[in-house]
Amino acid sequence: MSNPKDVVVIQGGRVIDPASGIDGVRTVVLRDGKVAEVSERVEAPSGALVVDARGKWVTPGFIDLHVHLREPGQEYKESIATGTRAAVAGGFTSVCAMPNTVPANDNTSVTELMLARAAAAGLARVYPIGAVTKGRKGEELAEYGELRAAGCVALSDDGSPVMSSGLMRRAMEYSRAFGLPVAVHEEDLHLVGKGVMNEGAIATRLGLKGVPAQAEDVMVLRDLSLLELTGGRLHLCHLSTAGSVRALRDARRRGLPVTAEVTPHHLALTDEDVAASDYDPDFKMNPPLRSADDVRALREGLADGTIDAIATDHAPHSPEEKKLEFDAALNGVLGLETAFPVCLDLVRQGLLTERRLVEALTVGAARCFGLPGGTLASGAPGDVAILDPTAAWVVDPMRGFSKSRNTPWKGRTLTGRCTHAFVGGRLVHETGDPR
Amino acid sequence: MIGRHRHLIGLEGLSREEILQVLDLATSMKEVLTRPVKKVPSLRGKNVVNLFFETSTRTRSSFEIAAKVLSADCLNWTAAQSSTTKGETLLDTAKNLEAMRPDVLVVRHSASGAPNFLARHVGCSVVSAGDGAHEHPSQGLLDCFTLRERFGSLEGRTVAIVGDISHSRVARSDLHSLPKLGAKVRLCGPPTMIPLGVERLGATVHHDLRTAVEGVDAVVMLRIQHERIGDPLIPNTREYSKFWGLNAKKAAEWLPPGAVILHPGPINRGVELSSDVADGPRSVILDQVQNGVAVRMAILYLLAGGAGEDRAEKVSA
Repeated sequence: MSNPKDVVVIQGGRVIDPASGIDGVRTVVLRDGKVAEVSERVEAPSGALVVDARGKWVTPGFIDLHVHLREPGQEYKESIATGTRAAVAGGFTSVCAMPNTVPANDNTSVTELMLARAAAAGLARVYPIGAVTKGRKGEELAEYGELRAAGCVALSDDGSPVMSSGLMRRAMEYSRAFGLPVAVHEEDLHLVGKGVMNEGAIATRLGLKGVPAQAEDVMVLRDLSLLELTGGRLHLCHLSTAGSVRALRDARRRGLPVTAEVTPHHLALTDEDVAASDYDPDFKMNPPLRSADDVRALREGLADGTIDAIATDHAPHSPEEKKLEFDAALNGVLGLETAFPVCLDLVRQGLLTERRLVEALTVGAARCFGLPGGTLASGAPGDVAILDPTAAWVVDPMRGFSKSRNTPWKGRTLTGRCTHAFVGGRLVHETGDPR
Repeated sequence: MIGRHRHLIGLEGLSREEILQVLDLATSMKEVLTRPVKKVPSLRGKNVVNLFFETSTRTRSSFEIAAKVLSADCLNWTAAQSSTTKGETLLDTAKNLEAMRPDVLVVRHSASGAPNFLARHVGCSVVSAGDGAHEHPSQGLLDCFTLRERFGSLEGRTVAIVGDISHSRVARSDLHSLPKLGAKVRLCGPPTMIPLGVERLGATVHHDLRTAVEGVDAVVMLRIQHERIGDPLIPNTREYSKFWGLNAKKAAEWLPPGAVILHPGPINRGVELSSDVADGPRSVILDQVQNGVAVRMAILYLLAGGAGEDRAEKVSA
């Protein structure tokens, strides 16, 4: 029998669990670290932790397929402890850690270190992603079998494309032996050149070198074409262009085994925001913020299920790497603590249903990499987010849980916030926790 | 102040009236340059710092002379390119210079937006002397000044800008100023040198030089930078010169009689301009250089001169 102290009863909230089709006021009971039941009964065993969720949403804990935790090697930007703290503050109870660490996660010792640090932090679950190529150099295959055995859930050279089509073909083929999806960062470096923002009228006006949408499109088309040859599972990271969405929609219609993610910033911001920011590097990321037409296509793709998941591409950088002229600053922005309100805004604009939003943050993401969680079905991991969709707050980078401050949302008022997060039935975040 | 502005980082944000304010004052300043004693006390006790991260002779000297004629003290600081991994950051350099209490920081940088970045972080006035492919506002103003001096007004005039528009901050500053004074702008160059969406800045785009210069009042020929060759924007300078360069024969056959030729310098003789054109009767290139000093005097005066004193009288005295 379980100890009542290990029982959590979340009462009065609106449970939204797209995986099991529930949307209504329910009580969620967590026991022994798992979801015990979701029902309309209200009585709680004495000694249980009872949470009043009236007026709030209760959802499966969010799953982020794409974060940069920077450990090992760049702990001045973020650590596994601070990154997972930021994650749970944003409602993310599972995060997939990209392998562009120093050294790269291309071998089991790095994977093991990441898992050990995550266990010690005891916050969000961390699923490491192994490198596609040794050192992420795009030259030799990494050891996928060993990486999988050590706990990697996918493969990616994120931050860099695999420019060689021949090597990409072999990577996709070889990954099939271990059932690992290959998550691709699509950009043709020859088309990117020295570009730092979306190519177009805005870049022309600002005098910044442009990155054409085709830098992404041609690589998406290449890899979808290779997928027909190789089989396996392809996952497209951080889509940013209308052309990518079009290619993906066509590929899915043809039944190819491909999944995709989009970031909150690519859904919410355009290259006009770069101009409005007056060259603020907190609006510099890769892929760059695109045109309004691209953003419209991404929103449609997410709404109709062409794009499976919302992933943050949480990319912490220090002020020394960001408080610079636009050309010199590094790419990337924080995302974990602001993703929910930024995407909830699309719901308020009528562009996305509540159900689809929660799906893209939970089970939609889980399916891409075959992860546990993302559902409140009985027996599922006791990972839950409680969200106040009406809470308005001002983003103060100094008060975030991340070590870094590079957020384009600084100073803005966002509406929607995670008030409680549970991982394995344990309360790991509650609003008002001090940084 | 130039109108509402305490910095001059581009002409995009300047109104017609604000541009005319500078040009009108530059007319008075040009008179000062014709005097036997080229010195007025307008900016006595003021410090102008030239902060140049890119090499420049013409623009830096022009700002320096402008400052000195106005009796300001002028310091030239030539900095190494900033780098994220080594050396001092742009912000550190600027903060260090600011601690020396300059009144105006004149900055040139290879990164577009660097003057915007500095203007956000320092207390003094910032003047861009050219940033990346963004703007070169004093060049744009001196082009306007030179054309206005020649034609009286730019109303109804047509100006063709020929060359590598993609990498040209001069083209952008011209595009943000000439139309405000009533001129039409045509852009011409090989398609690899015409940036996407540039029509939205209010110009028409041509790839054929002959049609681009048909009936124009002025042609601004841009320098073709050697690093663009094999970028690969053009195959070589020979072919470029043949199709987009201007020589005396083409000028005589294609340009209207009164049309003038401008160039921001330095010229690649034999590439975009042949010597017989650069040194010929249509060329106003040396007028541009002289006018550049007057325009920069006006800019420095407006930003550092301050209100409430009788400096205007001293200038015109």
